[in-house]
Amino acid sequence: MRFTKDHEWVIVEGDVATVGITAYAAEQLGDVVFVETPEAGKVVKQGEGLAVVESVKAASDVYAPVSGEVIEGNGELAGAPETVNALPESGGWFAKIKLSNPAEVDALMDRDAYEAFLATL
Amino acid sequence: MSDQDLKKTPLYDAHVAAGARMVPFAGYSMPVQYKDGVLKEHLWAREHAGLFDVSHMGQARIRGENPAKSFEKVVSADYQGLKAGKQRYGVLLNADGGIVDDLMTARPDDDGLFVVVNGACKDNDYAIIARELAGEATVTRLEDRALLALQGPEAAAVLAAHVPEAAQMVFMDAQALTAFGVDAIISRSGYTGEDGYEISVPAEAAERVWNTLLADERVKPIGLGARDSLRLEAGLPLYGHDLDETVSPIEAGLNFAVGKSRREAGDYLGAARIAKELAGELSRVRVNLKVLEGAPAREGAEIADEAGNVIGKVTSGGFAPSLGYPIAIGFAPPAFSAVGTQLKVIVRGKPAAAEVVASPFVPNRYVRKL
Repeated sequence: MRFTKDHEWVIVEGDVATVGITAYAAEQLGDVVFVETPEAGKVVKQGEGLAVVESVKAASDVYAPVSGEVIEGNGELAGAPETVNALPESGGWFAKIKLSNPAEVDALMDRDAYEAFLATL
Repeated sequence: MSDQDLKKTPLYDAHVAAGARMVPFAGYSMPVQYKDGVLKEHLWAREHAGLFDVSHMGQARIRGENPAKSFEKVVSADYQGLKAGKQRYGVLLNADGGIVDDLMTARPDDDGLFVVVNGACKDNDYAIIARELAGEATVTRLEDRALLALQGPEAAAVLAAHVPEAAQMVFMDAQALTAFGVDAIISRSGYTGEDGYEISVPAEAAERVWNTLLADERVKPIGLGARDSLRLEAGLPLYGHDLDETVSPIEAGLNFAVGKSRREAGDYLGAARIAKELAGELSRVRVNLKVLEGAPAREGAEIADEAGNVIGKVTSGGFAPSLGYPIAIGFAPPAFSAVGTQLKVIVRGKPAAAEVVASPFVPNRYVRKL
C-alpha cells in the first residue's frame, strides 16, 4: 500500500490501482454520511478531484493519487457511506483506476514514510 | 487569527482533557466534537442529555431607570411586557430593518435585564446598545461568567437532582437563584429543539458544575458540530449563516420576534421596512428544504425552480442525523415557499430534487406546561 500527503491510499494489482482514504483521514472527517464515487470511464490526472466524501460537518474532495481511467467506482458506498469509517483501508475503497503512468506509484510514500508524515501533523 | 490569539472559555482544559477536537469559533478555541463524534453526540442529545459549553456567547446586564423601555429602542421584541422570571427571543435591528444579531433577554431578578447574545457579534452588539441607550441605560458585560447548556429529554431529571427549582420551571422561564452553591441564572431554554436549560455560573465554578453534571451517566459532552445539526433540525436559524444584516426578521420567519405592541407603535430601528413586509411586500422568505436525492446541500448552494431557474440560496444545510437525510434552510421568493413546493438544489453543479417542508424538521419538545 502506498500513500499521499492528502491521505489517500493506493494498492496496485497488475496495472489497476485501488484507491481509498486512510484510517487517519476517515478519523479526521468523522462520521461519513455521503460519498460520491466516479463513474467508469472518467479519466483523471494525479491530484485532480476523484470523489467527494461528506461528513455531518463538511464536504471534502478526494484527489486522484494516480493518473488513469476509472474502471469502477465503489457503488456500495452510496447505500453504506459508513463503510468509509468502518473499513477505510479495505471495504471503503472509492475507485479502481487503470494506471496511465505506473511510475507515479513509485513516488508515493510507503507505510513507514506515511506514518512518519502523520507524526509531523 | 492565529491559534495563539484565540480566547479560551473557563472549560477549555476540561474539553482538552475529554479528548475534544478544538477549533476556532467566534474568536474562541471551542470543542467541535469529543471522542464519540458528531453523529453519536447528536443522537445522544436527542435521546438523553447533552452538555454544551456556550461560554463564548455574550452575557450582559442592561441597567437603567426603565431598562426594558430603553432596550426596545434597538430590539423588536416586547420587553416592557416581559414578566419577572421570563425570557424572550428578540432581534437587534439596524436602521434598514436588517438583523444585527439575535438574542435572548430575561428578567431573572430585579437587576435590570439579563441578555445573552452571539459570541461573534457581542462586541458590535454592546457598542450599538451602549450608543443607542446612552444617557438612559448602561450595558455591563458579565465576562466573569460561564454559560452551560444542558439539553435533551433527560435534562430536567438530571438538573432537578442538583437544583430542585429547575423542575418547577417551564419553557422560557428564567430565574436567578443559588445553584451548585453559587449565584446562578438558569433558564429553561436552549437551541436544540429539545427540553433543557441554559445555566450561567461564575467562571470559577464552571468546571465544577460541568463535572458534576457529567458525573450523571445520562449526560455526555456535546460539541459545536452536533449543536449545529441539532439546531438545523429544530429549524432554528443561525446568525452569520441564515441571518445577517441584510435579512429582516419577517423574511426569516421570525415574526414572533416583533412584538404586537411594537408593530403598532413602530418605535424602533428598522420599523418602516418591517411594517411594509408585514403588509406583504416581501421579495424572499426563509424556506426549509428536504433534499430528496444526492449529497447534502450546504451553505451557498443555489436553489432553483423545477425548470432550473435559480431563485435563491441555501444558507445552512447538512445531513440530519435524526432524520437520516439531508436538510437545508435557505431563502426563496414567497411564491416558492409553500410546503410541498418541488424545487432543486444545485450541489457541485448537479441539480438534485428538494421539497419545501414545514419547520421544524424534527418536532420540538419544549416543556410549556408542568
